[in-house]
Amino acid sequence: MELLQRAQAQGTKVDLQKLIDAIPYCRFLGIQVDRKGSELTMILRFDRKLIGNPMLPALHGGVIGAFLETTAIAQLILETDATELPKPVDIGIDYLRSGKPVDTYARAEITKHGRRVCNVRAEAWQDEHTRPIAALHGHFLVKPKE
Amino acid sequence: MLDHVPHAAAVGLTFVSVERGIAVLKLPYDEKLVGNPDTGVVHGGVITTLLDNCCGIAVGSSLTEMRPIATLDLRIDYMRPATPKEDIFARAECYKATSNIAFVRATAYHTDIGDPIATAVAAFMLNTAITRPQKQG
Repeated sequence: MELLQRAQAQGTKVDLQKLIDAIPYCRFLGIQVDRKGSELTMILRFDRKLIGNPMLPALHGGVIGAFLETTAIAQLILETDATELPKPVDIGIDYLRSGKPVDTYARAEITKHGRRVCNVRAEAWQDEHTRPIAALHGHFLVKPKE
Repeated sequence: MLDHVPHAAAVGLTFVSVERGIAVLKLPYDEKLVGNPDTGVVHGGVITTLLDNCCGIAVGSSLTEMRPIATLDLRIDYMRPATPKEDIFARAECYKATSNIAFVRATAYHTDIGDPIATAVAAFMLNTAITRPQKQG
């Protein structure tokens, strides 16, 4: 991505909110970035279009998965010198509680940093950080600076 | 259209076919679903939504009575990027349902299911109806 390549060439970190806003699906979901130094929290603002079960109501499992995947990708961009968007190889999502119709937050951690593949864990929560609604673990292909 | 599911309607999911335990859905290509603006490839999360929803419908269609269901876990292997501007299909099969849990596998593809974009396996919780008797005393 041009934004990433430009930041790499200048030796600076890319503005993650700008990067997320350049991704149409992330803009559609309404994902916001809250970065404090090396600590990154992603925010998914509640919107009716994110509902998967209108009876409960609960967020769509796919939305939670997409949000966690985006959180993992953002963390990888923050911590690696990737010049392209990291690509998911495989992901596993555990759904722990139903996602209520409120804002959701997520953080990710790189468990293993390989040369080409990184293993990442991410967790999403709503009211209480200690009561996660979903957890993701996955492998991502990261193309480093040449 | 899956009008009763707001997010499914928002991304444009439509039914292709449903028979007992097997569901096929279609996701028409849309610019708003793109995950990489350089290539126009849809976001992996869109595939997650398509596969999760398709699995849920396969589970629902395998049940003899209406029961609320919830995804317990979903594992997705991404085989290749989706081709930009092409519609994506998903086929899910609920191959086993016990009294509490249903097991499903699914594939996302363009035209040939033998050349998958992604495959998934999932487990769903089969809940009892939400109306519970009130506790006495």
